[in-house]
Amino acid sequence: MSSLWTIVRKEWKLYFVTPAAYVVLALFAVIAGFFFYSMLAMYVMQSLGGGMFGQGSLDVNSQVLQPLFFDIGITLLFLLPMITMRTYSEELRSGTIELLKTSPVRRMEVVLGKFLATFGLLILLLIIAAGYVLIVVHYGKPDLGALWAAFLGLLLMGGSFLALGLLISSFTRNQIVAGVVTFALFLLLWVANWVTAYGSGTISGIFSYLSITSHFQNFTQGLIDVKDLIYYLSLIVGGLFLTARRMELAE
Amino acid sequence: MLEVVHLTKQYGPKLAVNGISFSVKKGEIVAFLGPNGAGKTTTMRMITGYLPPTAGEVRIEGIPIRQKPIEAKRRIGYLPELPPVYPEMTVEDYLHFVARLKQVPGREIKARVERACARCALADVRRRIIGRLSKGYRQRVGLAQAILHEPGLLILDEPTAGLDPRQSNETRELIRSLAGEHTVILSTHILSEAAQVCERVIIINRGELVAVDSPENLARRVKNTDTLLVEARGPAEAVARALGAVPGVAAVAPRAGGDGVAQFQVEAKGADVREALARAVVNGGWGLLELKPVELSLEEIFLNLTAAPAPAAAPGRP
Ligand SMILES: Nc1ncnc2c1ncn2[C@@H]1O[C@H](COP(=O)(O)OP(=O)(O)OP(=O)(O)O)[C@@H](O)[C@H]1O
Ligand SMILES: [Mg+2]
Repeated sequence: MSSLWTIVRKEWKLYFVTPAAYVVLALFAVIAGFFFYSMLAMYVMQSLGGGMFGQGSLDVNSQVLQPLFFDIGITLLFLLPMITMRTYSEELRSGTIELLKTSPVRRMEVVLGKFLATFGLLILLLIIAAGYVLIVVHYGKPDLGALWAAFLGLLLMGGSFLALGLLISSFTRNQIVAGVVTFALFLLLWVANWVTAYGSGTISGIFSYLSITSHFQNFTQGLIDVKDLIYYLSLIVGGLFLTARRMELAE
Repeated sequence: MLEVVHLTKQYGPKLAVNGISFSVKKGEIVAFLGPNGAGKTTTMRMITGYLPPTAGEVRIEGIPIRQKPIEAKRRIGYLPELPPVYPEMTVEDYLHFVARLKQVPGREIKARVERACARCALADVRRRIIGRLSKGYRQRVGLAQAILHEPGLLILDEPTAGLDPRQSNETRELIRSLAGEHTVILSTHILSEAAQVCERVIIINRGELVAVDSPENLARRVKNTDTLLVEARGPAEAVARALGAVPGVAAVAPRAGGDGVAQFQVEAKGADVREALARAVVNGGWGLLELKPVELSLEEIFLNLTAAPAPAAAPGRP
């Protein structure tokens, strides 16, 4: 158990002695800020216009926050590969993996330690996002329950990204390859439900189930469905388990 | 202390290590000697539990590493071919991390790091970033990492590779000073290094165990064939004929020459022919510029050893 924290601390130390983590955090703040601003601007324009046509007030949740959560999701999709791509690849390239694998530490402790370290960064990112959301909470009257659900969704989706990124990184000593493949996989998972727009039946049902977005949708609407929880948790657990297996057999 | 039983590793169709068995007693220093690609690193990686063997078993103080990896790994310190350091960390941070990873009790960590730094002469660079250290210092950090938790068994993969002669010497001194407290296995492809440091040498070639012996015995077994280099000022053909006529000379092969200087590699069988060769050159009226034994390459040593005990076959050079 203490080895787990040794790994987490080491990972965090490495994040913050290099500019990598700062760059990711700053990029996220800027991009999410831009999305937030544009959503808000659009909403304000529409509500002014709506007032003129006598439609009554618009819904902050569906007009501002739901799209904002999707945009934060997309930002994570771009940024998380930058966090996971080095986790194992760098250890494989530099040979430090030999230290980890010959120390009296269980494989799963290393994998879990690395995962928790990246998860910690994800939480930092979501705290930044929460800052923007709080502005809406202050001025508008959003449904707070839906907000919590949406953040839970972001955590789970981000966690799935991280677990998959970790797994991919364990397959190559080349960070760039790991990053590109991870990003491509995330993108595929993100758009998998697009095919459902043009078809129906089992195939599109499968794609829709695989799609990371269709499961995220419910969370942004304040719905926590066991089906979605199972989807994300199985991605996380499966990804971590396979990474541990991979480390056992590697080389 | 360490028992290796029929250890085998197969990479796809390639047999990298083929049924190696040996054992090492407590406090011994043993060298793994072998040319590039012999399987030294692969064997060490299996001993340390980094690589699962295709077949065979490794026991450390009687503990099988496959069945009880945590227990066994606690007793091992390992310096891989590349020092396993994080270039972004300072020496001190890195060693603290390793100490925790090796489960050194919290209140002992400081003292152990101190001790390892002192032993590996790292005191001046403790707060430096590892990535900015020279190769030699990085190697020492790797060594400090291996001895940090004071393991019973030290596995060092080419600990002196890439060091300048003075640093290699210091490292060898350090390794010798570790003996007694630790059991040490190191790999090298330099026979003289193995002879300096170790009490026993395990020679492997192409994944197979060729010989296990003391360095003195090995040196004697290898010396059976005398190969000499002769350099003389004179006409190459005439000199060659004179050298070939010396009793005890098996073969004379010309080497680089020019400018009126001729060089030969002379293979002698059994007898010491150095004086006779010198006389032959001087009697011919030529100038003797050089006469010295040729250092055998590791490959040739293996050929000799595998050909032993019959010392007949003298390997020629092209
Ligand atoms: N990961 C691998 N995949 C396939 N073959 C490998 C792998 N690692 C090593 N080999 C092969 O196994 C053989 C033994 O390699 P090994 O690295 O153990 O040799 P070595 O004795 O350490 O050599 P050197 O003196 O160059 O370090 C070599 O032929 C090598 O090509
Ligand atoms: Mg090697």
